[in-house]
Amino acid sequence: MSDHEYTPKSKLGKWFNDRLPLLTLSNHLQEYPTPKNLNYWWTFGGILTFCLIAQIITGLILAMHYVASADLAFGSVEHIMRDVNYGWLIRYVHANGASMFFLAVYIHIFRSLYYGSYKSPREVIWIIGMIIYFLMMATAFMGYVLPWGQMSFWGATVITNLFSAIPLVGESVTNWLWGGYAVDNPTLIRFYSLHYLFPFLIFGLVILHIWALHVPGNNNPIGIDIKKPSKDTVPFHPYIVIKDLFALLIFLIVFAFFVFYSPNILGHADNYIEANPLVTPAHIVPEWYLLPFYAILRSIPDKLFGVIAMFAAIFVLVILPWLDTSKVRSAIFRPLYKQFYWFLVADVLILGYVGAMPAEGLYLLVARVATAYYFLHFLVILPLLGAKEKTLDIPLSLTEPVLGGSPNESMAKNKKEI
Amino acid sequence: MKNFFKFFVFFKIFLLFSFNLIAAEQSNKLLDPGWSFKGFFGKFDRAQLQRGYQVYTEVCAACHSMKYLSYRNLSQQGGPEFSEQQAKIIASQFEVTDGPNNDGEMFTRPARLSDKFVGPYPNDQAATAANGGAYPPDMSVLVKARKGGADYIYSVLMGYEDPPSDITLDDGVYYNKYMPGNKIKMSKPLMEGAVEYVDGTASSEEQMSKDVVAFLAWAAEPHLEARHKIGFRAMIYLFIITILVYFSMKKLWSRIESKV
Repeated sequence: MSDHEYTPKSKLGKWFNDRLPLLTLSNHLQEYPTPKNLNYWWTFGGILTFCLIAQIITGLILAMHYVASADLAFGSVEHIMRDVNYGWLIRYVHANGASMFFLAVYIHIFRSLYYGSYKSPREVIWIIGMIIYFLMMATAFMGYVLPWGQMSFWGATVITNLFSAIPLVGESVTNWLWGGYAVDNPTLIRFYSLHYLFPFLIFGLVILHIWALHVPGNNNPIGIDIKKPSKDTVPFHPYIVIKDLFALLIFLIVFAFFVFYSPNILGHADNYIEANPLVTPAHIVPEWYLLPFYAILRSIPDKLFGVIAMFAAIFVLVILPWLDTSKVRSAIFRPLYKQFYWFLVADVLILGYVGAMPAEGLYLLVARVATAYYFLHFLVILPLLGAKEKTLDIPLSLTEPVLGGSPNESMAKNKKEI
Repeated sequence: MKNFFKFFVFFKIFLLFSFNLIAAEQSNKLLDPGWSFKGFFGKFDRAQLQRGYQVYTEVCAACHSMKYLSYRNLSQQGGPEFSEQQAKIIASQFEVTDGPNNDGEMFTRPARLSDKFVGPYPNDQAATAANGGAYPPDMSVLVKARKGGADYIYSVLMGYEDPPSDITLDDGVYYNKYMPGNKIKMSKPLMEGAVEYVDGTASSEEQMSKDVVAFLAWAAEPHLEARHKIGFRAMIYLFIITILVYFSMKKLWSRIESKV
């Protein structure tokens, strides 16, 4: 949204800016009008950018010492942990960084769900975000394979085997993915190659994600359109920058706690046993951030439909802007949606819990009910709520609840539309 | 600020939930003799690590390799901290195969500081064959490779019992209270007085178990002391800068008629 004029002060700056308007971009990023009522749930965008960059930098260093070979991978990770200067720190930051990345992304997504940030005119931001999320899961999964421990190997075996459920070509697709007839050296090397590539794809998509965000501007907790710039907005720098920085520091304290005082608690002990194709671990469990999808996969008795359900669980999120038909964005003004929102949060947490448990007896039953409810929420409840729900009155502007409103024609018009 | 607390509480609930996930899987309560290396300021006890090395090398090393450790690690900071001279003497007691030399022949020589720990068997198959079909796991990262960590290994060492009357064991299989499935193919390794400690400590079963597990914990996490030290400094730094940024933020936002 570079509709504002900007001329650099210096002559050199002007000369350069006429040829490549980087200074205009930087000025836009500083001046970018941001709603002033954003709460701390909005700071996770900045936190996620930090996470991505931290993962790329630590990953780059790890790649200098890691050896992608079935015989040497496990030993090279131990070499990093023991002999490389501060290698233990870099690896623990990278490994826990993945968990922190997902923690932040889940908060970011659920913030969007609560405040309706995926609704018109922000559908494209949301869809790009979902592609990023999907790539993140793929990247994290392949990264977990690289240490070539028992969970690496067996996790890779279980997940790649899912593709064998595809009718007719399943087996050939799986063999093609493996580069052989089982998960082995070729699989490890290609996972390494892709694990190195994907973060840069994510980086590119993040730029698009932010670009798409800067067209309509931020949503806000009230969920109304606001005039920009106006009394309802503040310039991104320094107001939002310092607030994001504060939140990032709090986040880093939690991050540092994991890295320095319990670096292995989020991982699985079995991954410190070198991969052995002849010994299957008692429970094959993916990393915690994939557990809800793992639970959905296992709750369907049929393999093919399980796989379809798992991918559908992500796909319903992609088409969410068209499933949620309510014109009101923020859950603050949607009393019923607010309740269903918290049911969904509980549902996903329950799915995560049963995903870590053996798929039998009561756990399986709970997983099935929770899976059914997950789809019910998106496919039935949301479309119905849009039609039936009686929403609360929406203020005209951010200042209205305090000052009694600032009558503004364009906003009054917007309200009628709603 | 109220918002901020709300946010923090949610954050904590989320974390607690993920902890519970992991904790929920524990069943038989493990023994915890109280480790010096646990906690924010946890450090290894040098004398204990040196005794632990003695137990390892005199008892465990008969079957268990430790292939990711080098003899130089024994004199490295944050470990047992043998003097370099002592570590050299320890290394020289082992033979390694080196070569080929200029005549194309392989030869054996005494190990140096830079060599990895010499294992008891030439390969995994030999190790498995010599131990009744049960491969004695490499001990380099054993503490991290078992749920329950040091507590678990200690519990297994202390958990040998006569089997309950309804369980019959095959030859070469032993009953252990803490082993998953209660069956273990390793006979009780540490009998009272199995080693004669150089420093004169009485070698009770408990003492030896504690010492060797501490040594294994160090072997699995050789930079633990540095981690705790750097971690504490990082935390202090983060707390201070967070407070400073908080007040800067308050000051900046006081220009806007809205609370942060």
